[in-house]
Amino acid sequence: MISTKVLQEFQSIVGVENVDDSKAGRLVYSYDATPQFQSMPDAIVAPRTTKEVAELLKVCNAHQIPIVPRGSGTNLCAGTCPSEGGIVLLFKHMNRLLELDHENLTVTVQPGIITLDLINEVEKHGLFYPPDPSSMKISTIGGNVNENSGGLRGLKYGVTRDYVLGLEAVLANGDIIRTGGKLAKDVAGYDLTRLLVGSEGTLAIITEVTLKLIPMPESKKTLLALYEDMDAAAKTVSSIIADKIIPTTLEFLDQPTLKVVEDFVKIGLPTDVKAVLLIEQDGHPDIVARDIENITKICLAERAVSVQAAKSEEEAEALRTARRSALSALARLKPTTILEDATVPRSQIANMVKAINEIAIKHQLNICTFGHAGDGNLHPTVPTDARNSEEMERVELAFAEIFAHAIDLGGTITGEHGVGMMKAPYLEWKLGKEGIAAMKAIKSALDPLNILNPGKIFAKDSRKRVVISK
Amino acid sequence: MTTMKEQKNIQEQFKTRMNEDELLNCMRCGFCLPSCPTYIESGYNEAHSPRGRIALMKAVVDGIIEPDEDVEHSLNLCLGCRACEPVCPSGVKYGHLLEDARDIIHQNKKHSLPARITRKVAFEGLFPYQNRMRAVTNLLGLYQRSGLQSAVRKIGLMNFLPDHLSSMEKVLPSVPKMKEMGNRPVHLKAMGQRKAKVAFFSGCLMDTMFMTTNNATLKLLQIAGCEIHIPEKQACCGALHGHSGEKNQAKEMAKRNIEAFEGINADYIITNAGGCGAFLIDYDHLLKDDPNYCERAVHFKSKLKDLSNILVELNFHEDQNLSLPPQSVTYQDSCHLRNVMNTKHEPRTLLQSINGIRYIEMKDADRCCGSAGIYNIVEAEMSMQILDHKMKTAKQTNAATIVTANPGCLLQMKLGIEREGLSHKMQAVHIADFLLQAVDGKE
Ligand SMILES: Cc1cc2nc3c(=O)[nH]c(=O)nc-3n(C[C@H](O)[C@H](O)[C@H](O)COP(=O)(O)OP(=O)(O)OC[C@H]3O[C@@H](n4cnc5c(N)ncnc54)[C@H](O)[C@@H]3O)c2cc1C
Ligand code: SF4
Ligand code: SF4
Repeated sequence: MISTKVLQEFQSIVGVENVDDSKAGRLVYSYDATPQFQSMPDAIVAPRTTKEVAELLKVCNAHQIPIVPRGSGTNLCAGTCPSEGGIVLLFKHMNRLLELDHENLTVTVQPGIITLDLINEVEKHGLFYPPDPSSMKISTIGGNVNENSGGLRGLKYGVTRDYVLGLEAVLANGDIIRTGGKLAKDVAGYDLTRLLVGSEGTLAIITEVTLKLIPMPESKKTLLALYEDMDAAAKTVSSIIADKIIPTTLEFLDQPTLKVVEDFVKIGLPTDVKAVLLIEQDGHPDIVARDIENITKICLAERAVSVQAAKSEEEAEALRTARRSALSALARLKPTTILEDATVPRSQIANMVKAINEIAIKHQLNICTFGHAGDGNLHPTVPTDARNSEEMERVELAFAEIFAHAIDLGGTITGEHGVGMMKAPYLEWKLGKEGIAAMKAIKSALDPLNILNPGKIFAKDSRKRVVISK
Repeated sequence: MTTMKEQKNIQEQFKTRMNEDELLNCMRCGFCLPSCPTYIESGYNEAHSPRGRIALMKAVVDGIIEPDEDVEHSLNLCLGCRACEPVCPSGVKYGHLLEDARDIIHQNKKHSLPARITRKVAFEGLFPYQNRMRAVTNLLGLYQRSGLQSAVRKIGLMNFLPDHLSSMEKVLPSVPKMKEMGNRPVHLKAMGQRKAKVAFFSGCLMDTMFMTTNNATLKLLQIAGCEIHIPEKQACCGALHGHSGEKNQAKEMAKRNIEAFEGINADYIITNAGGCGAFLIDYDHLLKDDPNYCERAVHFKSKLKDLSNILVELNFHEDQNLSLPPQSVTYQDSCHLRNVMNTKHEPRTLLQSINGIRYIEMKDADRCCGSAGIYNIVEAEMSMQILDHKMKTAKQTNAATIVTANPGCLLQMKLGIEREGLSHKMQAVHIADFLLQAVDGKE
């Protein structure tokens, strides 16, 4: 619990109206988009400037109060669940676009800006910010940077990390640092920018972000390829890449996912096929035309039953929107939706999809799978009911096997959603004891009192590695 | 204040009456946040978002928190616009959750005396009775016609009222005389070829204060080829009751309406007020536990159509040569018409088929105007903030006319125009009145 005196200190820094310790106020910041995690913070604090953040951190450091920085709380790893109490730090006032630099092609923003607002603003000027997490309408840049979010365009354009040039951040002791900058070349010291990207609020509070922009691609084409069996779809993915074509988007949806998505978007998606690939290419019109032609051929050679091009940009956008809503639409099936984020080298997509299906049968679960097939990032999702504890146990076992299998195929336990609390017990499988120790050393150097988002990334106990029986 | 005992009772009933599955269906993805006007206008406060409100309701059910003042405030500040529903990929029926929660709170809470009296008069004594609505509206008419209105305005009496209420007084329409209000025919023939037999839901406000709009609606329907029946025994739709936590009253009215319309066996039941329509179309949910009525409610629902829908369906806009003097026009969606009845294209199709009109889509036309039943009176501050935002986007269109499809929205837009001092160059009209002008081809 935070004492009245400390609350008053917070109030004197950010103003009375920006500190909330009411029960209702605390409750609505006790969760994020991750199922089954909830814990009450002691207060909610919304600073307006970097200086206020620094002063808040000094107070928290002096009293060892945990700080959970929070964007829009859309993360899927319980990264903003205040598991150890303390304060939730909101960036709702720090949501401005500070500078659009046309000469250096950069944009500098505060962390609380909504990703889509940023995208719309730069696109007005013919510029392109490619990372596009499906949650972009809601998520903030601060959240994207801290989860290193990816999206539908990740295959060709990379993820958030590839666009972060510089940061302003406040360390646990209240020191303000600047990393990187607008330079294309800079090798002065350790690359702290990269270290902070994806650090999930555990190393510093990000207060300003400078992002790289690129020119808008001149044209874009969208395809939908339909398959009677999942293997064929997965093989297509490998064949396209093996043919040295890098599409902008190469997304995969299986039949159960298609059905619920169509139920929501009602745009006439085919629900009678076993799987679809959503494929896009952008760039110079000639190259786009050539790639799309080749991709179509590959799809058909890999037994696609139909390949259709979107007739208009509206139709293409409808398809993208449909794909983006997949996760939440799956929530229609059952009260609880548990989604995972296993990632394998893209050449292994077919093997991974097959393994997921076998694991589903073995544990008598209904697993729906969709994801960024092109970059090997799959989201096997189980519609279940948290009240059914017997089934929940089977879900856990199944996911442990899925992670183990992904790692055996050279993959990882999370491709974009982060570790948070949800994946923490599995992190050691991926990093080994030594890897964890190296990361912990960094954490304790920057945040010796462990006040920045404690309980995330590092678990108290690691899970025992399951032996996969095939 | 809600006493401890009241909170306890409320909590108990939340446990037994709230739909737990529906609460669990919310997977907290936050997809609804950008569509929620109160979330945006509160400066991104999660407590005023759909996701936050659902979490609060669930926390009360789970016993994690008590239904205290802050919880109540969060629920009260909700407009009930249901913009969060069509965007929810999980398909959470937020409106039903809100209705149940409000009902439980109001049933178990002792309101302050003035609030109690107002509620009793309005919900039990006034709205259920068409004739009493007429009488009250008539009083307003007397006030307007007797010269009292201009006298009151001259003395500046209205300046003692809060800003938005005194403006509201100015924008109320001149109401028809009692005699006119009582003389509604019960059956009207189609003009030209008869294409459909419809029953008209006349509404309480629509048939008193906005009687001319109802007349226009009937005329349009006739022109479109509808034979019209207007059941005499129909009641108020019950929306005001349902949304204010008077669910039992709402159920009584639903039953009366179902009975009144069953007798006619029309092809369609037509409404011209988005707010009423959305409540009528939900009768099956309201009466789902009533074995005598649940199926009849489904039947009732299946026939319900908004004026715009039927006009487009009967090809009114193509058969008629609609025209008006050149002007720019924009359309403000009625939340319930759009979010619950799913009518969004039809009004736009109708407007765009009028010669002489330059139709300009307003940015965020689907965002609530802040009227929301009696919200603009009980939550005046938030309502006016939302209205200011709306007027900003309305002004950007440079339209001379804002068309609406619901009496509440119509009044609110008129109020917005008044508050902005734009009444010399901007007007708000109901789509029925506007279309009828276009039929006659005059302004
Ligand atoms: C339906 C749905 C679809 C999604 N699709 C994708 C997808 O396609 N790709 C993807 O990568 N993710 C996706 N996500 C996950 C999530 O949206 C992303 O992780 C997103 O980046 C989170 O942004 P946020 O603003 O909500 O951050 P939050 O969830 O609030 O926070 C995320 C993390 O960042 C930290 N943080 C936030 N702001 C700061 C700051 N200023 N300083 C320090 N730390 C901070 C938090 O402590 C937390 O650890 C999806 C989620 C949902 C619900
Ligand atoms: S969009 Fe639906 S599921 Fe997502 S948070 Fe809102 S109500 Fe819940
Ligand atoms: S009904 Fe309207 S105001 Fe209420 S939560 Fe939904 S979107 Fe927000």
